[in-house]
Amino acid sequence: MPRAALFVPCYVDTLYPEAAVAMVRLLERLGVQLDFPDTQTCCGQMHVNTGYQAEALPLLRNFVAAFAGAEAVVAPSASCVATVRHMYPAMAERSGDRGLIDAVTELTPRVRELSEYLVDDLGVTDVGAYFPHSVVYHPTCHSSRLLEVGDRPLALLRAVAGIRLMPMPRADACCGFGGTFAIKNAEISAAMLADKVADVLHAQAEVVVAADNSCLMHIGGGLSRQRTGVRTLHLAEVLATTEDAGSGAPA
Amino acid sequence: MSGGGRIPLPFHDAAALALRDGQLRRNLGTVTGAIRAKRTAVTEELPDWQALRAAGKAIKDHTLRNLGHYLTQLEAAVTSRGGTVHWARDATEANRIVRELVAASGEREVVKVKSMTTDEIGLNEALAEDGVVAIETDLAELIVQLAGEEPSHILVPAIHKNRAEIRELFLRAFELDPSELNDDPADLAAAARSFLRERFLEARVAVSGANFAVADTGTIAIVESEGNGRMCLTLPETLITVMGIEKVLPSWRDLEVFLQLLPRSSTAERMNPYTSFFSGTTDGDGPSAFHLVLLDAGRSRTLADEVGRETLRCIRCSACLNVCPIYERVGGHPYGSVYPGPIGAILNPQLRGAPNDAELPYASTLCGACYEVCPVAIDIPTILIEMRRRVVEGSPRRPRRLSATVEDVALRAAARIFASPSRYEAAQRLARLGQAPFVRKGVLRNLPGQLSGWSESRDLRPIPARPFRSWWRERAATAVEEGEK
Repeated sequence: MPRAALFVPCYVDTLYPEAAVAMVRLLERLGVQLDFPDTQTCCGQMHVNTGYQAEALPLLRNFVAAFAGAEAVVAPSASCVATVRHMYPAMAERSGDRGLIDAVTELTPRVRELSEYLVDDLGVTDVGAYFPHSVVYHPTCHSSRLLEVGDRPLALLRAVAGIRLMPMPRADACCGFGGTFAIKNAEISAAMLADKVADVLHAQAEVVVAADNSCLMHIGGGLSRQRTGVRTLHLAEVLATTEDAGSGAPA
Repeated sequence: MSGGGRIPLPFHDAAALALRDGQLRRNLGTVTGAIRAKRTAVTEELPDWQALRAAGKAIKDHTLRNLGHYLTQLEAAVTSRGGTVHWARDATEANRIVRELVAASGEREVVKVKSMTTDEIGLNEALAEDGVVAIETDLAELIVQLAGEEPSHILVPAIHKNRAEIRELFLRAFELDPSELNDDPADLAAAARSFLRERFLEARVAVSGANFAVADTGTIAIVESEGNGRMCLTLPETLITVMGIEKVLPSWRDLEVFLQLLPRSSTAERMNPYTSFFSGTTDGDGPSAFHLVLLDAGRSRTLADEVGRETLRCIRCSACLNVCPIYERVGGHPYGSVYPGPIGAILNPQLRGAPNDAELPYASTLCGACYEVCPVAIDIPTILIEMRRRVVEGSPRRPRRLSATVEDVALRAAARIFASPSRYEAAQRLARLGQAPFVRKGVLRNLPGQLSGWSESRDLRPIPARPFRSWWRERAATAVEEGEK
């Protein structure tokens, strides 16, 4: 039986727990034995990407300690996984701490984004989900350009029973979130969001799906403000939904 | 770099103003959208595009590692073919060299081939101090010059202007009657041509930049689309080329790679229309005097920087500008430099280091589109993150901020919270309580302070009652209880 440790990024844990719950339902249904190391907090992505790398180093140490020895680490967030895999090695190197460098080198290749874990590690694309709705998939920048997950999420979605996948115009365009960018350059971010919302509406789907709640928070924030009635769901929430049990998300 | 005429505002403020210019956004959206689609088509049709990118990167890295060798080789080759090589530490030295050469010629007017490097050093303004007029002969550069503006794109300097605006400008600049000129692109080009032809025939001194320089033969390569550059390179008696030291390549065979990478990345053309090569001087053919000014201006310092040095691979194709969602919406002027867009956001802090440059690395969502299209594979997002680190932590060139900003305080406090699982869980509970005043009809609105930028155009769902970790623990506890029954 495969084992995996859940890496639930701070904003998923706090703001979007239903995405992590869905990931648990999904992976347990597929026979994965899960652990949740509860000393985990935040990977430090916001700090690293804003220039506060020194401040993020204790978070890196905490992450490495929390997940040491895990067979696999699975997260419902492409951007946090990208921080761990792409930024942690250089940060550890800069710290000069030999033990930390070794620990990071040993751990980070096993840190996987959900669609990578499902398709590459478990070897499944049909997870037995049922979702009778029209869906438009937003390939987030960090999932497609940093992790290069390619069409893994789409392959998973195509195998969902009852789903109607709608094409997204200009799918590869950034939604304009960019972490603290949305605060520092809020006007440009809002202009980018306006175009993304227009593209989502053009797709005429009921639901926008992505591999990251951060981009979905941004896109969903715009869709909600404009009263469009289009919902956002994490990929895990769609994949967790089955014909008899629903998504099993908490109330 | 000169600052004359540029918007002196910080990036954020200048960008906010640019966003309100509906005509500008339409002009930019149209042009970048069209060139993006074309670039994708002409790069995807090549089976070996990624191999070409890797070759371009490898050749540049090799040359930069041995830069001193190739530059002295270039100097020897240029000199042996009748040219004169000058070395300039910075913009002031380069400008002084060119001014002295022009003064010695006695000319009051020089014609210019489109050149980013001479824009970078503010050569036109420096020549103007001596009463010398530098005429830009690239059509778009001419438009920008006549308008008294700054280029807003590396390759398409007048991208911010549409043809109706250009017609208005030409009517005034060439003193034409409105009946003599419509806004048809061919007519606009014809009007510029008749103005420029006279300049070409009169000019005795020309100034150019360089796209590439071949070290072993001393050959300069100029890549352009109009043929106006070739006029400048062949008709005048004296030719002065100003080039950044990173433009040198070892040999002609290296051009095979770059003459594929550059046109496909920049103008989305399979082959460049006008590619001129010249090596020193030849009796009775072309300029009788050739001067090559090799410009450092921060380049050797950048070369010494382990993270930043790959910036010097840049061949100024501007593919990164065309795909950048930030550039697409605000244009080039808010960057306050001749190098705008993603490459400008990493180049300016390294080459120039002006006060406003500290903001430029933050003019990005780190979406990575720039890295994906870069023909020499410059990892712009990673360098942006490094530049941001230097803004926060300070660097030899930029001392750490003296007083803490709101962001410093907030992010340092957050880091302390995240460093401890118990503080993190306490903060989750506090945030749930603290959000109450901002929840209206089930969404967070009108957030305070710097967060107001978010809530102006986006809703935010309130923090739910139970974080994931509580759900997990409760489920585990229930499972244990059920197991005990």
